[in-house]
Amino acid sequence: MPSSTATSYSLFVKKSCPTCELIEPVAKLLYELLGSRLTVYIQDDMSFLEEINQRIDDGELEQSYRQNIEIVPTLIRHDEDEQRIVGWEKQQWQEFTGIPELGAGLIDFKPGCGSLTEDPGMAEKLAAKFDSQKLKARRIELADAEDDTEACFDRGWSDGLPVVPPTPVRVMRMLAGTELEADELIGIVPPDNIPCSVEKVAINAVMAGCKPEYLPTVIAVVRAALQDRFCMHGLLCTTYFSSPVVIVNGPESRHIGMNSGGNALGQGNRANATIGRALQLLIRNVGGGKPGGIDRATLGTPGKYTFCFAEDESDDAWPNLAMDQGYQREESVVSLFAGDGVQPILDQLSRTPQSLAKSMAASLRSVVHVKKFALADAVLVVCPEHRRVLRTNGWNKQDLLQAIHDELVTPGTELVSGTGGIAEGMPQRLKDKLLSKFRDDGLHIVTAGGTAGMFSAIISGWVASGERGSQLVSQRI
Amino acid sequence: MSTIMMLDPTSEHRPAKRQLLPRLTTLSEMTIGLLDISKPRGKEFLDEVQTELEALGATVLRYAKPTFARVAPKELYQRISSECDAVIEGLAD
Repeated sequence: MPSSTATSYSLFVKKSCPTCELIEPVAKLLYELLGSRLTVYIQDDMSFLEEINQRIDDGELEQSYRQNIEIVPTLIRHDEDEQRIVGWEKQQWQEFTGIPELGAGLIDFKPGCGSLTEDPGMAEKLAAKFDSQKLKARRIELADAEDDTEACFDRGWSDGLPVVPPTPVRVMRMLAGTELEADELIGIVPPDNIPCSVEKVAINAVMAGCKPEYLPTVIAVVRAALQDRFCMHGLLCTTYFSSPVVIVNGPESRHIGMNSGGNALGQGNRANATIGRALQLLIRNVGGGKPGGIDRATLGTPGKYTFCFAEDESDDAWPNLAMDQGYQREESVVSLFAGDGVQPILDQLSRTPQSLAKSMAASLRSVVHVKKFALADAVLVVCPEHRRVLRTNGWNKQDLLQAIHDELVTPGTELVSGTGGIAEGMPQRLKDKLLSKFRDDGLHIVTAGGTAGMFSAIISGWVASGERGSQLVSQRI
Repeated sequence: MSTIMMLDPTSEHRPAKRQLLPRLTTLSEMTIGLLDISKPRGKEFLDEVQTELEALGATVLRYAKPTFARVAPKELYQRISSECDAVIEGLAD
């Protein structure tokens, strides 16, 4: 007999499961002995176990979802511990119920089947349906005649390209990518200084086209952008070109399939494209920063759609950008730089580091303006073939930085206003000084690109650099 | 038909429903388009409207759809939106 006359049981089954069919006589015996203390939840076909009175049609899977059913059959004993058993194991069922003759004529063991709640994509659908209180964002109901993609344009949510409509199911799926709670606050988003929850990040990540597995990286990017040192508010408002450039280091960049190789700064890689775009959409939608509104850039830059790439970390002896910022190689880190477009450095002839460094320095002189020094920072993207020239000749990153610095030290007299018949230039008071092109820590070196081509690149920075503007910031993923 | 629901990606400081464009506060020195949808007697009706609008200080420009049966062609609505501060569409029959 059952161990306690007060104990009730729930049995979750689906007819399409052979194990559930196998235990049909078990369910009937349980019903005979337990009567109304047994409730059977059927996920698929209500013609199953018709002899049992207390059957619940769980075709909507609400009860299966709320009870976290993963396998059918599942038998739950509703006592203090709420223990459960799954599949069919004769001795286990007999002991669990205290009914020694239970299933006596059946085989000893047969594993169960997956619950319908475990079907691909079902978990998020059920979560959106039955746990919708987790989502706090206002719900926007479309009119019947509205096209969902056009509706996002109409409401001003787009950067000019189509966005993925942020339905509750898609947002729940996105939120599954993080262990953070949906209502956890990430920070205050400028320019309107709006508190931003994980949920709002997830909504904008959906619209940007991110996969859920990108969400932790997106959240780190948002946290980085909201660091005071980065000066996101000013960056957004400037009439200058600049916008966040996202550089990702560490194993996570490879786990989510980011591109650090051929065309790393170009199109075609979903993670690169959508992670950078998610930040831009968040600033637009949550922060309220829109072109024509507070963003009055004279020309802007294509990077304002998205500018995000991973660093090539194939050379173990070459420190990556995150390591330059004090992190370890095995840490996954995002760094944000307030930058503009891409200026190429073609050098197909240098075979010595000295020649290559001079070549790079000559090109770096053009950052912002050849006569403006210590104004903007820059990122120098060294391509693999150029890195090889350095490495095979025993140079490291510090050697390159030093050589570029030395090459660019320039007498003020060559740079002051009026020199060369150009009114633009440094103030006259600096004419007797030796000037450095970049402020200390103002030139960052990363490696990216395809293995063929002696083409490195300059990403020129915002003219408000350092403490009076934006500094490169990093954030662990 | 199932209704599509989306989650608001914004700060939610603006109303959920799309708002009408700001209304004109005066007709004085405004350019008002009158769009005849090309149904019979539309012209006579809109002539009267034009007289009233001009009395209020508005400049009136007249437009007509090629046929009432179809939506206005792209060139026409682009012209109206670039030339006018507001438009009145005559639906009279």
